Amino acid sequence: MTILAVPEAPSAAEPEPAARRPVRPRRKLVLHLAVVALMIIWVTPTLGLLVSSFRPQSVLSKSGWWTAFAPPYHFTLENYQGVLEQSGIGQAFINSLFIAIPATVIPLFVAAFAAYAFSWMEFWGRDVLFVVVVGLLVVPLQTTLIPVLKAFADWGLTGQFLAVWLAHTGYGLPFAVYLLRNFMGSLPRSVFESASLDGANHVVSFFRIAVPMSVPAFAALAIFQFLFVWNDLLVALIYIGLSNSDNLPMTAAMANLVNSLGGGWYLLGAAAFLSMILPLAVFFGLQRYFVRGIVGGAVKG
Amino acid sequence: MGSQLITAVMVVVGVPAVLIAYIWGTERLISLAPEQWRRRVRPWLWIGPALGFLGFFLVYPTIRTIIRSLYGKSELKPKFVGLDNFRWFFTNADARGALLDNVLWLVFLTLFTVGIGLLVAVLVDRVRYEAWAKSIIFLPLAISMVAAGVIWKFMYDYKPPGVAQTGTLNAAIGTVGLGPIGWLQSPAFRVSTFALIAIMVWMWTGFAMIIISAALKGIDPELLEAARVDGANEWQVFRKVTFPLLGPTLAVVSTTMIITSLKTFDIVYTLTNGNYDTDVIANLMIKQMFTFGDFGRASAVAVVLLLAIVPIMAFNIRQFRAQESVR
Repeated sequence: MTILAVPEAPSAAEPEPAARRPVRPRRKLVLHLAVVALMIIWVTPTLGLLVSSFRPQSVLSKSGWWTAFAPPYHFTLENYQGVLEQSGIGQAFINSLFIAIPATVIPLFVAAFAAYAFSWMEFWGRDVLFVVVVGLLVVPLQTTLIPVLKAFADWGLTGQFLAVWLAHTGYGLPFAVYLLRNFMGSLPRSVFESASLDGANHVVSFFRIAVPMSVPAFAALAIFQFLFVWNDLLVALIYIGLSNSDNLPMTAAMANLVNSLGGGWYLLGAAAFLSMILPLAVFFGLQRYFVRGIVGGAVKG
Repeated sequence: MGSQLITAVMVVVGVPAVLIAYIWGTERLISLAPEQWRRRVRPWLWIGPALGFLGFFLVYPTIRTIIRSLYGKSELKPKFVGLDNFRWFFTNADARGALLDNVLWLVFLTLFTVGIGLLVAVLVDRVRYEAWAKSIIFLPLAISMVAAGVIWKFMYDYKPPGVAQTGTLNAAIGTVGLGPIGWLQSPAFRVSTFALIAIMVWMWTGFAMIIISAALKGIDPELLEAARVDGANEWQVFRKVTFPLLGPTLAVVSTTMIITSLKTFDIVYTLTNGNYDTDVIANLMIKQMFTFGDFGRASAVAVVLLLAIVPIMAFNIRQFRAQESVR
């Protein structure tokens, strides 16, 4: 994704105390109808699948999910049991965790040191180099797949988790460095100067000042990178997919289930919701940080 | 599984430990050198690991892909073919179809996400349940495109006429006597492409809304009040004051959406795999790679994608420089 020129914006999770503009009653009704209609349109697809995921296979193909709200009520946990037992989705869930956690931690550290150097050290070519990083934000993954795949194949890394950990670190870095540099660069200079006068070197300044003061940025970045990796299909498909399907994450396992046309389709709803549990938990629990990651500086892709 | 867990734990703890030891150790090492020298070397030690990753995963492969696009299919003895792969791309019917589809994606995904995002941002600014409304619109962005694909597969479900429709959309249009339509199986008028675009609009409108909404709240209310005092009605205030002030934000959101639309892959791969005239550039590339094993053509497709993005990269850098000079 690209850079965003939105300075210090309030987060979306903070409600405004009251409507800011005077609106006449008639118009007010139209306004409420429009907003509520949009909310219904947006929530219906997810709600439909959620209801479907609890309906038995026998009725799924005969009636729509909305009929579930009228008697006779048919609800069951069979689909969730089925997904966990037979389709390998349980293993894929664990794989996703194995992939996403290291692939979030590694770039965070690599980027933190680079961002500090870009913010608080003077060196020849600094600004040019940082502009290159900004340019790399938009390089499409697709351009890099073939040479990296060949290198991984030569080293016997394809199919290994290590391959995706490294790849996600590389692909996530431009955004990580950019976001952290924006945040660290805006910390007050005086703090670093007085620390330096007290005899602190850069290592001390980094661990005692820059890192503790940048915790909100680290949180936003961690959430963003975690969701990006958890939701990724392409990187996993290319670097793991062909050689070792046992290591595939949720997204790839689900894509296989969709394409397989055969018996498993009634499991899809349950599988999709299992894959959404973590992102939704992150979303509802840490929405403020998530929003800050998007608004406060940059976005990636 | 047990050994995987051990590896993962080792990586999560080990990599940060090694990095910290590296920074700390090199600092000790260069402290032996004179101050002048230290100042010059230290920054490169700090950005070194990042540069290594960026070089290996982004810069080097991009250059290799550009070179590879000039060579033929065979991987063992690549033969120089000049621009043949690009000639194929611009003359082959499938490839041109994919290109046209990507243009549709670019225009309509950008238009709808930014348009609806702006509309929602302005509307919810005036209601008390703003936080709720935003959460609901924003939520699809947190889930994977594959999960979104599954969600919409159920929305678009098609049953032959005369049978009870289980897909939400076909049931809905059935109540007014229309359809049923095979949303994902209709090449005519590119219905399937638009059905796929609609899914991405559902996912990405929240993104546009969040950013536009943040910019909207950054506008000084006194400015709007002044316009009202001067006798402007709400529409005029929006047209003449709010909209121009949102200009830079809308431009930036649009570039993000353009890049997203150019890179579209997951949704197409999951739901139609390019059938029914829904193929896009990224999916075409994967097909050339794995179905036809033609790395030359696949590289050429990737280069076309990159070329399409270069102007946006230039715009980004200009935007960034302008921002920096304000700092």
